[in-house]
Amino acid sequence: MTAWADALLVARLAAADPHGTGGVVVRAGAGPVREAWLAALRNALPAALPIRRMPGSITDARLLGGLDLPATLAAGRPVAETGLLAETHGGLLVVPMAERLSPGHAAHLAAVLDAGAVRVERDGLGRCCPARLGVILLDEGQGDEAVPEALCDRLAFRIDLTDIPWRDAVPLEDPCVADPGPPDADALAALCRAADALGIASLRGPLLAARVARLLARLAGRDAPGEHDTVLAARLVLGPRATRMPEPVPEADAPETDPDAAPEPESGAGQDDQNPAPLDERMIEAVRSALAPGLLAGLLAAGARPRQPQAGKAGAPAASPRAGRPMGARAGDPRHGRLALVETLRAAAPWQRLRQGAGESRRIRIRPQDLRVTRFVQRTQTTTIFAVDASGSAALERLAEAKGAVELLLSEAYIRRDRVAVLAFRGMGAEVILPPTRALARARRGLSALPGGGGTPLAAGLDAAAELARTVRRGGGTPVVVVLTDGRANVARSGPAGRAQAGADALSAAAGLRADGVRTILIDTAARPQDTARRLAEAMGGRYLPLPYADAGAMSAAIRAAT
Amino acid sequence: MIVNGSTRAMSREPARVPPLAPEADAIRAPGRTTVPRPDAEPHPAPPTFPFSAIVGQDEMRQALLIAAVDPSVGGVLVFGDRGTGKSTAIRGLAALLPPMRAVAGCPYACDPARPGDLCHRCRDHAGGLETHTVPVPVVDLPLGATEDRVVGALDLERALTQGQKAFEPGLLARANRGFLYIDEVNLLDDHLVDLLLDVAASGVNTVEREGLSIRHPARFVLVGSGNPEEGELRPQLLDRFGLAVEVTTPTDLPTRIDVVRRRDAYERDPAAFRAAYAEADRAIRDTLTQARAHLPSLTVPDATLEAAARLCLALGTDGLRGELTLMRTARALAALEGAETVGLDHLARIAPASLRHRLRRNPLDESGSTARVTRAVAEVLAP
Repeated sequence: MTAWADALLVARLAAADPHGTGGVVVRAGAGPVREAWLAALRNALPAALPIRRMPGSITDARLLGGLDLPATLAAGRPVAETGLLAETHGGLLVVPMAERLSPGHAAHLAAVLDAGAVRVERDGLGRCCPARLGVILLDEGQGDEAVPEALCDRLAFRIDLTDIPWRDAVPLEDPCVADPGPPDADALAALCRAADALGIASLRGPLLAARVARLLARLAGRDAPGEHDTVLAARLVLGPRATRMPEPVPEADAPETDPDAAPEPESGAGQDDQNPAPLDERMIEAVRSALAPGLLAGLLAAGARPRQPQAGKAGAPAASPRAGRPMGARAGDPRHGRLALVETLRAAAPWQRLRQGAGESRRIRIRPQDLRVTRFVQRTQTTTIFAVDASGSAALERLAEAKGAVELLLSEAYIRRDRVAVLAFRGMGAEVILPPTRALARARRGLSALPGGGGTPLAAGLDAAAELARTVRRGGGTPVVVVLTDGRANVARSGPAGRAQAGADALSAAAGLRADGVRTILIDTAARPQDTARRLAEAMGGRYLPLPYADAGAMSAAIRAAT
Repeated sequence: MIVNGSTRAMSREPARVPPLAPEADAIRAPGRTTVPRPDAEPHPAPPTFPFSAIVGQDEMRQALLIAAVDPSVGGVLVFGDRGTGKSTAIRGLAALLPPMRAVAGCPYACDPARPGDLCHRCRDHAGGLETHTVPVPVVDLPLGATEDRVVGALDLERALTQGQKAFEPGLLARANRGFLYIDEVNLLDDHLVDLLLDVAASGVNTVEREGLSIRHPARFVLVGSGNPEEGELRPQLLDRFGLAVEVTTPTDLPTRIDVVRRRDAYERDPAAFRAAYAEADRAIRDTLTQARAHLPSLTVPDATLEAAARLCLALGTDGLRGELTLMRTARALAALEGAETVGLDHLARIAPASLRHRLRRNPLDESGSTARVTRAVAEVLAP
């Protein structure tokens, strides 16, 4: 079965039971293939059921529902507005650019998927509306961006349309499973074993696969799923979640498992009776055969796949676009903030009848206590970016001290709600080891993986720090760059080794940091502090701290004092 | 251990594809609906997964039972990924709790047995109070809830239609004498969290807004959940919770199969599944009832008190809250187990849950806080 045929089958299954399957993560760029798939999805969904789009900028009031202010004022009694989630009841909610979904929105969607209803406690209203819907997450993420894993885990399917040529994206006949195979008494246990072997930690995988197997049987008009339904469900649901691939079983592989594992059942049934391989092994085999060889290699190399399930991925990219967004309103003086007109009217609305008194006039009476100002999430949050020289010249123990200092600062930072990022430069370039975060657990994991050795591409490191600082600033934060190095650059920007060019490049990169107006601190980690590092600090307009014998505690104290 | 998604059971009629709730037609028409009267039951209790059917997660179950025996231990904070059955466990526990007597018609479900805690309405009530039995409330604080709904606010309907100033109780009023569950505490607005903690600590909700000035009882067990990967909670917030437990997805295969199998059985036939575990649930309820009755008569010997103090000293926990919670939780645990006295053993077993979130961070100490508590317990309580 081709990837496109699989994708169409997934569309059919998701449309047949949106809430039961949870929905689909669709990895694809915008284009004709994705449009064709969405059209197939729409066709498969019964016409009466809604399919709605959720714009990324949607407000909580529109998403969840709340008080309909114009209608309330017109009617003279509270009128509720149904939110987008409740309007999508029974159907599918399409979320474009899901990789940029804010944590708040992701949590709302997850709650609706769990409860099948949307609870609203807003604007003086408390309601509970049914919202049994499925979610289609359109993932166009590149590089570090990823769809929140907590949300993905709730959706049965993940499909990847990026490699499907648009000519192939045509409607196909429904595949018809003629012989479902005998029903398996213990399909659940087999699914659990297969999930375990494939390295799937969450238990939602096998549960969703069991649901999909039953759904497959139901679509074919059968009562109970046969084992081909179960194997197919395992391939569709467990396959994309796999984080490792077990070795093929040596003795029982080619002749026995292959015909069973193939999705089209033509000859498999006959051989089952004699000596069938356990169901879970056939599931794994089906998953294995469905994965393209290149994909498998990437999977085994761990990390090549953009949507690699990894806890904690959700926090980093989502944190910055949230900044500067309105976060509701509070009572306040509009001279010290922006007037939230609607909220002010809403606060004033209930009092109109009381305030109007005898002289009936149609003017709205607003008192000072009604005034509301908009709150924004944009806090002046400091993000300390550590650019750590992990080259051979910066001795390895200094690296350990730098790690310690970062962790100490982080423990301070989490009291102040500040963030910390770490990037390391060594060998040929710089790499962000820890994207801006507040999570101590994640930081410790990132730092423990920090390797050392190689040349000193100081210019590349400073460039990367400047880039990260710009990103932080775009997100509404205040970056502080702390460079830990001995200042002995020996790898130039373009790559070749050479002290002179590397030094000049480093100075120009430092000037770039100064031009950006980023606050910088350079910590000279050399055993005998030298002039090169001092000149570098001057070039970036930052403070120079020679700390030849500093331990982690002293280093963090110095940084704290300087920032 | 269970997986969320109880409502996502497949429809079992093969003919109807896809499944649709009967009320779907009313809702599908987009637009506006008039708000139902507030006295209508706004949140029908969803069917619950039996508490006794939860596989594993012993620490979380024990912590919830302790909070149910003695609500004064403070709230329970559950760390772990979403979908490890936190909310299911709380609902399951509330469903098996013995129903409570409450003043009929009181929005705060006042306890007639505790005249000191009555709300202003019940106190001013002349003559005897009419009472009825109600289930223990479990109130979900949904994400995106606004402050006015949490603390209570002006009754919009009455203000608009009759021009009257009346107080409409919020979620805190509904949670009185029950549980308030907050999923993803770390996503909640800071000012809401502060407000909740303040009310949880004092047991009284004070409303001063929109020209209203109201105080009403709001004693509830705060149960919060969070994922440490998505950012840490402030230490002053952590400290307010009585117990902190960690839940994880089980890793051994037989347990995993058991979890999935029970969940699947429940989704296929909730009624039969609940019936199968009714007996086990009843046994837990009996244990709870006995423990509550037993609790006031349990005294904590001086040796245990001294050991608790030494333990907190060794761990360097700030303030007295750690000691107090340690003593209360150990007593509740002893009551649950029907013990005659609160021994060092109870202390040792409950110490990780009641102290692990109160430790000063030492980022250079790789071992987690649980290991540090265990080490301290081994050192201090060694014979």
